[in-house]
Amino acid sequence: MAILADANTKIIVQGITGREAVAFTRDMIDYGSKVVAGVTPGKGGQSVYGVPVYDTVLEAVTKHGADASVISVPPTRVRDAAIEALSHGIRLLVLVAERVPRRDTLEILEFAREKDARVIGPNTLGMINPHVVKIGMAGGPVANVKSAYTPGTVAIASRSGGMTTEIANLLTLNGIGQSTCISVGGDPVVGLNFLDLIPLFEEDPGTEAVVLFCEPGGVIEETLAEMVATRGIQTPIVAFVAGRFVDKMPGIRFGHAATIVEGNKGTTSGKIARFREAGIHVAERLDDIVTILKGIL
Amino acid sequence: MMRLLEYKSKEILVKNGIPIPSSVLVSDLSHASFPLPAVLKAQVPIGGRQKAGGVVEVQTRQEAEAHLQRLLSSEVRGHPVESVLIEERVETTREFYLGITVDTVAKKPIAIFSTEGGIEVEETSKKNPNAVLKRHFPASTGLPEFRAREMISQCGIRGRLLLRLSATLSRLTAIFTRYDATIAEINPLAQTADGKVIALDCHMELDDDALFRHATLASLSQKSKQQKGHSEKGDFEKKAAEIDRLDQRGVAGRLIAFDGDLGLIIGGGGASLTAFDAVLRHEGRPANYCEIGGNPSVLKTKELTKLILSKPGVEKLAVIMNIVSNTRVDLMARGVIKGILESGRVPSETLAVFRIPGAWEEEGFKILRKYGVEYCDRTVSIDEAARIAVEKTRGNL
Repeated sequence: MAILADANTKIIVQGITGREAVAFTRDMIDYGSKVVAGVTPGKGGQSVYGVPVYDTVLEAVTKHGADASVISVPPTRVRDAAIEALSHGIRLLVLVAERVPRRDTLEILEFAREKDARVIGPNTLGMINPHVVKIGMAGGPVANVKSAYTPGTVAIASRSGGMTTEIANLLTLNGIGQSTCISVGGDPVVGLNFLDLIPLFEEDPGTEAVVLFCEPGGVIEETLAEMVATRGIQTPIVAFVAGRFVDKMPGIRFGHAATIVEGNKGTTSGKIARFREAGIHVAERLDDIVTILKGIL
Repeated sequence: MMRLLEYKSKEILVKNGIPIPSSVLVSDLSHASFPLPAVLKAQVPIGGRQKAGGVVEVQTRQEAEAHLQRLLSSEVRGHPVESVLIEERVETTREFYLGITVDTVAKKPIAIFSTEGGIEVEETSKKNPNAVLKRHFPASTGLPEFRAREMISQCGIRGRLLLRLSATLSRLTAIFTRYDATIAEINPLAQTADGKVIALDCHMELDDDALFRHATLASLSQKSKQQKGHSEKGDFEKKAAEIDRLDQRGVAGRLIAFDGDLGLIIGGGGASLTAFDAVLRHEGRPANYCEIGGNPSVLKTKELTKLILSKPGVEKLAVIMNIVSNTRVDLMARGVIKGILESGRVPSETLAVFRIPGAWEEEGFKILRKYGVEYCDRTVSIDEAARIAVEKTRGNL
């Protein structure tokens, strides 16, 4: 078991004829994901690795049905593509692009709430349920994904796309498999964040523990600590907070747009303190995640 | 985020029906005519101007000219003053706070209103939470006037003041949406003796990623970036930014200089933070911070390597990334080796560690073997790679 998707999830790729999309479409198919159609306006009738391309989501959905869409279009076109997918009943979106305007993200999320749909990203590599389904670019080619990700009962949610695979690999090397691994996206506002995912993992019988990769900036971690305490979340959580040195350099922007510390808000030391108070395990070194998990599982 | 100067923010307010004091913007001392008494306000893209002496009240023209001269040749909180806004002094009876931002937890824009403007709204929020009202609104439509009235009437405000404040708040939410702002604040919004409301100060920041929708404002951003580039960045950082612009492929130029002996080529974003922390934890002394990713070209990596090695005091180089899927290990290896060779150094001695597992790793490792460089595969963690790098730089390995 895992969350959000399974082997039967029908996936479309919007912007499928782009260079990156062609590559990850092949990787998804090789991994066993059901990619049923692609959409690129103006390129209907072509095909990508045997996947038929349509001009509109409407055509793709009418002919094949679809549960999820990976949206791989330039940041200026993400809103339109996402609204198109949501308008035709797609319930899970993965927004790959970086630099999507904040307002567009908010409008997409507003519409997704109306449609009772879920959004991963923007600025995400997507998600993987090991050996079952991969939606997006996470992990790269099939050989890489298979060596880094193995099935099991530990979920991973990460603010960094690259570190999603890094942590999965660390767990795999130490004989710990994963249930669902999600790159939540590097922007300050993303669809499914830690606050949305922890309750889903809590309800998932296939998830026994969750690993979080956190960065400086924002107040999601602080709010999560409150939520874990007030809702009485039972699933053990192991958090690694990267970028501790950033606390000493307020105002400088590191990495993702979200990684900016303003005043006392969003510091790593603040996040770590709140986590500890709420009973969330904090890994001092990345490698300590394994030791802590072995004590829990 | 791009912070607009006060006068620019106020131009936007006026254009959208929010009144401001009459004013004139000057950048030299020549013959501007302005009302007296007046308030002189240094135009700098940073808060806390008043405390830093960037805002002064003047009664006479002579006084005004003296302060103008002083302000225009000074810096306010590190920003050179290039222009000064001379505003009529407005008699006020009451001051309010209006602010719009994004609530990143609720993932919705939020309108904030306080009956106690002019001071830190966060302080008021703590001391007197009832004086600060908040309400989410849809990003697609803004906050309609009736919603603003529902909100503000909770403070017991009635009559024409209620209508004026509500209209202003509603307009500010529309501005926030229309201009892709991330922050839009009027503080204070003042009530004048004749009962009108007027925006005395305004702070607006726009989303860099949405500037393509605002061509005129975007050109301002270019200018302010150039100015910033001169004042804030050192040569090292500037050269790194130039390297990043060499071609479109990948990111390889976001560098921050530190005073150490271990040069770092690290990435992507999350792994850079992780690796830098790990180097510090093992008591290494980084020469720089860096973020590399998105499959940079060999040229970029080579130039970046040369730049870091040219920094005085750099003994060794550590190359550490998370397991890559898009970035190619062989291209990274080639770029780093070329950069070391062109710097007149020996790769096997200069590289303290090379830890990039993932796409095209076999080809990459082959290159490294050819030059006698020790490399790590995915069984060596980022933390362990950082430890190796630090030990080698100290001569312990």
